[in-house]
Amino acid sequence: MGSRMTRSKLERVGVVATAALGLALGLGAFTFGYAKGGSYLTNDPAACANCHVMAEHFAAWQRASHRGVATCNDCHTPHNLVGKYVTKARNGFWHSFYFTTGRYPDPLRITPRNHDVTEAACRFCHQEIVSAIDPAPANAAHAGDRLSCVRCHTYVGHWVR
Amino acid sequence: MSPNAPETPPEPGVVEPRSRVRGRTLALIAGVAALAAVAVAALLTNIVEHRQEARNAFYRVVALTDTTTDPAIWGKNFPQQYDAYRRTVDQVRTRYGGSEALPHRPTSSDPRSVIAQSRLEEDSRLREFWAGYAFSKDFREERGHAYMMADQEFTGRQQATPQPGTCLNCHASMYATYLRLGGGDLTRGFEAINKMPYQEARQHVRHPVSCVDCHDPATMQLRVTRPAFMEGIRLVKARQGIVNFDVNRDATRQEMRAFVCGQCHVEYYFKGPEKRLTYPWAKGLTADSILAYYDSVGFKDWTHAASGAPVLKAQHPEFEMFNQGIHARSSVACADCHMPYERVGAMKISDHHVRSPLLNINRACQTCHKFSEEELRARVEAIQDHTFELRNIALDAVLELTRQITSSAAADSSAPGLADARRAQRYAQFLVDFVEAENSMGFHAPQEAARLLALALDQARTGENALRRVAGAVPVSLPGAAVERARPQQK
Repeated sequence: MGSRMTRSKLERVGVVATAALGLALGLGAFTFGYAKGGSYLTNDPAACANCHVMAEHFAAWQRASHRGVATCNDCHTPHNLVGKYVTKARNGFWHSFYFTTGRYPDPLRITPRNHDVTEAACRFCHQEIVSAIDPAPANAAHAGDRLSCVRCHTYVGHWVR
Repeated sequence: MSPNAPETPPEPGVVEPRSRVRGRTLALIAGVAALAAVAVAALLTNIVEHRQEARNAFYRVVALTDTTTDPAIWGKNFPQQYDAYRRTVDQVRTRYGGSEALPHRPTSSDPRSVIAQSRLEEDSRLREFWAGYAFSKDFREERGHAYMMADQEFTGRQQATPQPGTCLNCHASMYATYLRLGGGDLTRGFEAINKMPYQEARQHVRHPVSCVDCHDPATMQLRVTRPAFMEGIRLVKARQGIVNFDVNRDATRQEMRAFVCGQCHVEYYFKGPEKRLTYPWAKGLTADSILAYYDSVGFKDWTHAASGAPVLKAQHPEFEMFNQGIHARSSVACADCHMPYERVGAMKISDHHVRSPLLNINRACQTCHKFSEEELRARVEAIQDHTFELRNIALDAVLELTRQITSSAAADSSAPGLADARRAQRYAQFLVDFVEAENSMGFHAPQEAARLLALALDQARTGENALRRVAGAVPVSLPGAAVERARPQQK
C-alpha cells in the first residue's frame, strides 16, 4: 500500500470490510440456525442431544426414574438465573470445543465443577432426607468428606452401559 | 503504479493522515471478519460432517448368507468390526494371562514361526499333574482367536495322541460346514464331523471362528450355532424349571451376549464311541456338580501314569466359572468386558478385538466402575494373586497325594484304601484343574475359585487318610457331600 491514500481507496477498503463483516455475520447466523443454536436457550432435553455424543445419555434418561420430574437443566445447571446461564455458556463452549476437535475421553466423565452442580441439584429437591442423613456439613473442608448422592444412586439420571 | 514512478504532487482527492489511520482500521476489520467467516465456515462443515456421521449406520455392500464363512466378505459391510476382529492376532501379556510371541524354528510337523510361551516350562509341576496325558507333552498359553486353527493343528498333543474331528467344533468356523455335511441339518452335520479323524475333518473348514458363527446374516442378531451348547443350556434351564428351552428362541438379548461365548469357553467331554461333544451340565454348572455327573456316567479322561488314578482333565470352563461370580449375578455378559462398546463417529459398536479387559480397562471396567485404572488393575490383581497362591498350595497337595498313592501301590498293588485314595485324587485333581484351566486366575468368580481349591485340599486330606487307614477319618466322597457335611442344620 502506498504511503498515501486516496478517498476512493478508502472507500474500497470500506466496502471490503463491510462485505467481510456481512459474510461473517451471515454465515454465523446461518450456522447458528442450522446448528439449532436457539434450542440451547430452552429447557428441552432434546437440545442436549443435538450432538449425537449425548444420544445415549438422552435415551438412558428417557428410561430412568427421574425422567418425569427432572430434565437435563434441572440437574446440570444451578437453580438461579445467573448461575444457570453462566453454566450453560461455560459448558456450551467447552462441550462444543471438545466435540468439534474430537479430543474428549470415552467413557465421558463429569468434571468436578459440574459434579458439584449436580450434587447441589440433588439436595435442592431432596433437602429434607439429605439433611437427615448427611454426616458432614455442606461447607466441609474436604469435598471428600461430603456424601455424594450419585455415588450410590447411579441409576436415577441416566445409566449408560 | 510502478515503484519507479515519479512522485506526483498532491491532488485534490488526497486524504489527511487521520483518514489513513481510518483506512488501516477498516482493513483490519476486513481481515478479522474474513478470518471469522473462515472459522464459521469450518465450524459449519464440521457440524455438517457430524450430522452426516449420525445418519449412516452402515452401507450394505454385499449380500450375506448362512454360507458366507469368509469374514472378509462380512467386513465389506462392517469394516469397523472386521478391523477389530483382525486384531486378535495381537500377543500381549497380562500378569496371569495373555501370551508372549516367541520365535519358533519351523519344522515339518510344526510350520509356525511364532508361538506362545510353554506353561509346562513356567510350572514344571504340571507335567507330573498330567502324567500319561497329552497335555504333559505340550501345553502353551492360549493366544487370540486368530490362532485357533494353527495352534490346534500344530500342538505337540496332536503327535502324542490322534485327536478326533470333534475338536474342530470350537477351533474353526463350523456353521456352514455343519449345514453342508448335514444336508441343511445342523445337528446331523455336527455328528458327521464328530466321527471323523481330526485330519479328515480339518479338510472341511477354512477359517477361524468368524462372523457367521455368532450372527444371523440377515438381521445381525446373535445366535447360537453349536448343537452341544443348545443341548447343554437346555439341561441347565431345565434345572431352573424352564422346560424345553430353545436358546435361539427363548434367550434374552443380554443372555445371548454371554451364550455365544459359552458355546466354546466351557468344560466338555467326548461322549461314547461316536465322540459326541457333550457339555457335562446335567447336574449343574459348578465344578462339583460336573464331577458328580462324570461319576454318574463313569467317565474318565485317562489313567494317571504314576498313581493309576482314573483322572479327568478340565478344559477351559470360563462360562461355568463366570456364572458363579458377581458379574454374572449382576447380568453382566462376557461381551460387556471382553468386547466393550466403543464410540466410532456417532456409532456405538462392540469392540470385536476380543481380549483381556485388563488391556482395555477404560472401556471394559470404567464404564461401570468409577475408579482410576490403577485402582481397578490393583483390585483385579489382588484377586488373582490370592487365587494363584491358593492354586499353588492345592496343586502341591494333589501332587503329594499322587506320590503317596504311587509309592503305596508300588509296595502293595492291592493295598487297602488305594481305590479310595485314587478316587480322592480324581476329585482333587479335577477341582484344581478347573481353576487352573479357567482363563481368569479366579477373577470370573473369586469366591467360587477359592471354594473349589478348599474342596481340593479337603479331598487331598481325605485321600491321604484313606491311604493311611486313619481310624474315624471322614471317608472319601464326592465334594458335594463335603459341602452338605459342613452345612449348619437349619431349624
